[in-house]
Amino acid sequence: MEKARTNIMVCGGTGCLASESEKVMKNLQLIAKARGYADEVEIIQTGCFGFCEQGPIVKIEPDNVFYVRVGPKDAKEIIDEHIIKGRRVERLLYKEPNEDKTINKQEDMPFYKKQLRVALRNCGLINPEDIYEYIAVGGYEALGKAISEMTREEVVEAVKDSGLRGRGGGGFPTGLKWEITKKQESDVKFMICNADEGDPGAFMDRSILEGDPHSVLEAMTIGGYVIGADKGIIYIRAEYPLAISRLRTAIEQAREAGLLGKNIFGTDFSFDIDLKFGAGAFVCGEETALINSCEGKRGEPNYKPPYPAQEGYWGHPTCVNNVETFANIPPIITRGAEWYASMGTEKSKGTKVFALAGKINNVGLVEVPMGITLREIIYDIGGGIQGGRKFKAVQTGGPSGGVLTENELDTPIDYDSLRERGSMMGSGGMIVMDETDNMVNVAKFYLEFTMDESCGRCTPCRIGTKRMFELLEKISDGKGTMADIDALKQLSYMIKGSSLCGLGQTAPNPVLSTLKHFPDEYMKLIKDVDTPTNNDHAKNKVKVNA
Amino acid sequence: MKIKSLDELRKIKEESMEKVKLRQHGQGATEHIEVLIGMATCGISSGARETLNAFMKELGDENLDNVKVIPVGCIGYCHSEPTVQVNIPGETPVLYGNVKENKVHNIIEKHIKGGEPVKNMIINVDFERA
Repeated sequence: MEKARTNIMVCGGTGCLASESEKVMKNLQLIAKARGYADEVEIIQTGCFGFCEQGPIVKIEPDNVFYVRVGPKDAKEIIDEHIIKGRRVERLLYKEPNEDKTINKQEDMPFYKKQLRVALRNCGLINPEDIYEYIAVGGYEALGKAISEMTREEVVEAVKDSGLRGRGGGGFPTGLKWEITKKQESDVKFMICNADEGDPGAFMDRSILEGDPHSVLEAMTIGGYVIGADKGIIYIRAEYPLAISRLRTAIEQAREAGLLGKNIFGTDFSFDIDLKFGAGAFVCGEETALINSCEGKRGEPNYKPPYPAQEGYWGHPTCVNNVETFANIPPIITRGAEWYASMGTEKSKGTKVFALAGKINNVGLVEVPMGITLREIIYDIGGGIQGGRKFKAVQTGGPSGGVLTENELDTPIDYDSLRERGSMMGSGGMIVMDETDNMVNVAKFYLEFTMDESCGRCTPCRIGTKRMFELLEKISDGKGTMADIDALKQLSYMIKGSSLCGLGQTAPNPVLSTLKHFPDEYMKLIKDVDTPTNNDHAKNKVKVNA
Repeated sequence: MKIKSLDELRKIKEESMEKVKLRQHGQGATEHIEVLIGMATCGISSGARETLNAFMKELGDENLDNVKVIPVGCIGYCHSEPTVQVNIPGETPVLYGNVKENKVHNIIEKHIKGGEPVKNMIINVDFERA
C-alpha cells in the first residue's frame, strides 16, 4: 500500500452499518480492484462520524470530500468519477436542508462547526427592546404560520418530530408534554414558562430573556394555541431585574402589535401573558412547587401524579416548559422538524446551551450540537484551563448532577450518556475545576446549597441533608472516621430513595460522585484516625490502604 | 398598529429588514454605521453602561450622526465583556472584547472615522447562527 494516494473512509458506526455501509465498502473494494486501482486507494472502515441521520457516510481523503446517504450502487460512480476522473459526485454531497446549496467539505458543514446558535440565535444581534428588530430577523413568523396555516395537531407533530426535549434538565419530550396537555378536557388551561434558574453557575435562561425576550413570548403563544390555553405565565425570579424589565417591554410591544391579546393574526385565538415573581428559591424550579408559588402558596412540591398536565395551576391542566425549550420552538416551526432533528445524537436532538464557568479561560455562554464531547467544549471553545493548570473535573447539572473526570472528557454529551455516568445535563451549567480544587470542599459547597434550599416539607431532605453536611464538615476538619464515610453513603441512598421531589432525590449526587471518583481526597482527611491502634472500643475504625 | 395577518407581518419584516441586515452580512440600505453593545447582566456588570455612555458622548461631541448605538443581549463572550460590535456598511462586522470606556476613543478614531479596525482588540467570532 505504499503507493496509496487516496483514502476512502467508510463509516462503520452502528447507524451506518444498519444502512448497508458494509456492502458499500465491499463494492468499493471490488470496483477499485477491477479498475486496477487497488494499490492506489486504501479503503478504511472508520468509527461513527456522528452524522448518522445522513448515513452511510463516505469520506474521501485527502480531498476532504464528504458524501452522504451512499448506497451500495453508488460505489461504481465514486470510483469511476471521483477516484479515476477526479470529479465530485454532486448528487451525493450533503445539502443544507434549508439553503439549496451543496456542501462538500466537512469543516464547512454547520453540523461540524463547534458552535451553532439556535436558542441564542438573536442574542447579541438584535435590540431586545425593539419588536421590529425581532420581526426583521423572522420573529413572529412561526406564530403566524402555526395559527393561520397549521392545525394544532400539525404543530404538535412538528415539535414531536423535532425530537426536542425539555432543556430545564429533565429531558422530557416537549411535543409529548404538549400533546398530553392538549388532550385534557378542560375549558381553562395554562401555559407556564419556568424562568426560575436556580443552578449555581447557570445563566442561559437569563441571557435568553435579556437578549431575545420575544422568542419566548412567541413560543409560549404557539404552545397556548396548541394546548388550548388563553393565558400564559412567566414565573421568573425577582433576582433577574434586567430580564424582568425587558420582558415587560416586550409584552407591551407585542400587545400593541396585536401579537398578544385578542384575536391574534385576525384569527379567533386569543392569548395573553403575565409575569409572576419568585423569591429565588431553588425548589421553585420544580414544576409543582413553581405552581404552588404562582398560586401564592409556599413554594413546596406536591406528590406526582397528578401531573401538572392533568391538574396544575388552580387545578387546571398546565404545561410548564423552560425558557430555553421555548426559544427552540420558533425555528422548529419555520425551518421544520427535519432540520432540527438533523442536529444532535440519536436520542438527544438539536443544540444545547451551556454556561461555562469556573477555572476556564473563556468563561461564557456556548451553544453546541448535542453529541459534542466535553473535551471540545472545555479545550476548543473554552480555551482550556486557566494558568495552564491541569484539568481535574467538571460539575454538570449543578447540585443535582455530579462531577465528570478526565476519563470522561471524550464522552459525547447528551441526556442519557451523562446520566449513565452519574451526572446529568441539568439546565446546562458547567463548572470546571482544576488540580488545585479540593473535591471534599466541592461536595460540601453543593450540599450546603441544597441544605439551605430544602423546603423542609419532607424529612429525608430536611434532616438528611443537614446530617450529611455535618458529616462532611467533620471529615474536612480532619475528625472523620471510616464509619462517617459509610454513614454518608447510607444517608445518600436513603435520601435519594425517599425524598418527595427532585431536589432531595438528587441532593446527595455531588457527594456520591466525588466519593466515587476521588476517594483518595476523602481518605487523606481521615487517615490519621485510621492508623491501627490497640484501642479496642474503636470498633468502627477500619484499616485503609491509602 | 395591530398586525392582522401573516402577509402583514411579512411586509413589516421587509421594511424592518434593513435595520438588521447590516449586522449579519455588512449590507444595508442606509449609510449608517452601527455600534452594538452587549448589555446583558454580564456586560453591564463589567462596565458596558459606561462604555455605552462614552460612545454616546464622544459621537455626540464629534457630531457623528451617521452612527447608531444599539444595546443588544449577551453574545456569549462573557470572558471579554464589555463586548462591542462595529458594523460598517459593505464590511464584515468586527467584534471587540474588553472595551472599557477608555478604549472607546481609539475605536471611534481608528475604526469609525478612519475605517481601520483596531486589530489587537478583535475577538474572532466562532459560531454560526441558525
